[in-house]
Amino acid sequence: MDNPEGTPWHRLHPLSPVIRAGRVFIGAVIIFAGTLTPGSHDSRTGVVTRLVIGVVVIGFGAISWLVTRWRVEGNDLRIETGLIRRNSLRFPLAQIQAIDVVRPALARVFGLAELRLRMGGATAGHARLAYLTAAHAEAVRGQLLALSRGTTPQADQPAERLLLALPTGRLIASILIGSPTVTFIVLGAAFGTAAALSPRAAIAILSSSGAILIGMVTFFWRRLNGGYKLTVAEAHDGLRVRSGLLDTTAETIPSGRVQAVRMVEPLLWRPFGWCRLEVDVAGRQHRGGENSPERQQLREVLPVGTREEALRLLGRILPDAPLERSRPPSRARWKAPFRYHYLSWGHNERCAVTTTGRVARVTSWVPLTKVQSLRLVQGPVQRRLRLATIYLDTAGRAVHAAIRDRDADEARGQLGELTALSRSARRA
Amino acid sequence: MATDPAPAITETVETWLHPSPRLSTMRRVEVLAASVVAALVVLGVIGLQVLAGAPLNLPSAALLLAAIALAGLLGDRFAQRRVRAWAYCERQDDLLVRRGVMISRLSVIPYGRMQFIDVIAGPIERAFGLATVRMHTAAASSDARIPGLPQEEAARLRDHLARLGEARAAGL
Repeated sequence: MDNPEGTPWHRLHPLSPVIRAGRVFIGAVIIFAGTLTPGSHDSRTGVVTRLVIGVVVIGFGAISWLVTRWRVEGNDLRIETGLIRRNSLRFPLAQIQAIDVVRPALARVFGLAELRLRMGGATAGHARLAYLTAAHAEAVRGQLLALSRGTTPQADQPAERLLLALPTGRLIASILIGSPTVTFIVLGAAFGTAAALSPRAAIAILSSSGAILIGMVTFFWRRLNGGYKLTVAEAHDGLRVRSGLLDTTAETIPSGRVQAVRMVEPLLWRPFGWCRLEVDVAGRQHRGGENSPERQQLREVLPVGTREEALRLLGRILPDAPLERSRPPSRARWKAPFRYHYLSWGHNERCAVTTTGRVARVTSWVPLTKVQSLRLVQGPVQRRLRLATIYLDTAGRAVHAAIRDRDADEARGQLGELTALSRSARRA
Repeated sequence: MATDPAPAITETVETWLHPSPRLSTMRRVEVLAASVVAALVVLGVIGLQVLAGAPLNLPSAALLLAAIALAGLLGDRFAQRRVRAWAYCERQDDLLVRRGVMISRLSVIPYGRMQFIDVIAGPIERAFGLATVRMHTAAASSDARIPGLPQEEAARLRDHLARLGEARAAGL
């Protein structure tokens, strides 16, 4: 791993196929368990079929492990895979947007970890190395991050500076006080009334609400697992977000890769003064893949926290983010009656901030260096009211920063100003 | 390629270029073709009914055809206004694209942010010697295209934008 020009080929850990198949395997066992219980009329062919399926699954896993290898070539990461259709993937390290070290529960048992690279560009493939030993994964991450910045990895890295640690109690409280819980209570109340009116209908509802219940439990579990023991630290190579109860993730977002930051203040959290802070990074995150809990579109750097904490963190992610806001003209109330009370925006030379939202207040910060294009849009109602909206398009996936319903003349001027500012920010 | 001094979004005066006048002809032909098809369908249905022995209801048939003609006229008017609303302007550092009648949009796309540029020409556009230029940035939401450019102008614009984009390219 010392000379980056032509490191030897590496293989993934031999246990990788077992862990990859782990979840599928458990699922299959659960499905087949019903037929395996004594007393069920089961033929010999059935047993043979299942054995064959098992052997085939394990065999495929072993082959895929055998034919997969990777190495660092100059400034690219190269992964070769596939038996019949050889697949040689090259990932230019300069385009790394973020690196995750993901450790599902099963992988942790064996001390393994998966390395996941998030690349820029719409056609980014699956840059993942699953699985490496945990220590190796950390080393490779350091190496790749250093290469992506065009430096060599240093042996003595400055210690990380802890910015935030999330208390578990608050996390659980915040999960319980959320819109899903409200849905649940409403459903429960409906069920209660139904039970009081006719017990038979209640039984029917109960039997059909099993799926909802499972969904609820999964949801709660994901939120809990995603935010459990979350820490945000400032390392020498970027922001490091660690979290997880059974499946842990350690994500590194190199500095300057944040496309936008969003703060959401849900209605139900308002009595506690809580909010959620999320960062948007470029590159499409591939969905699915075994053992990857459905990832939220945005990385929550603060699943729940007070406003002060969020702003402190924001200051570390986007230094000198503007806070002064200007409100839209009051006639915008006719165009956006349910949004008007939150609409505002502000900017300085490096960053723009917009606020919107109907029930939950959503504040988005967009660094002007990251603005891809600007749009001034005026609909028929807006024309009558002499209003216009400016959209700031970024390469992120979920934050849509829009300066809504401004005075049309002001918006035109601001469009020119923002264009000039983002140009000079890009050059700087 | 008509040029006119159009409303400036900044202090500098800009020259806005418009799609080729052939685009309005093309849109007119498209609307006309759609109306003719609709009229033929109506006539066919009436013809079948008459063949099946139903009495010919002349007033309602005429009314239907008149409605189609009216819809075609309105459609043509709208399409013409849309064509006239398209405009683009090559500034020093960015490209401006203006479009839309009902919802008017003005996009500012810095040259350095363009990732790739498509020149698309469908069969109808090809018959008129036209092409559509489409600019892509890293943001999925910045959708900017200019339809109805003469093919040589489309090629010129593509090469020009690609060259400027290369010179001013900025990382994500």
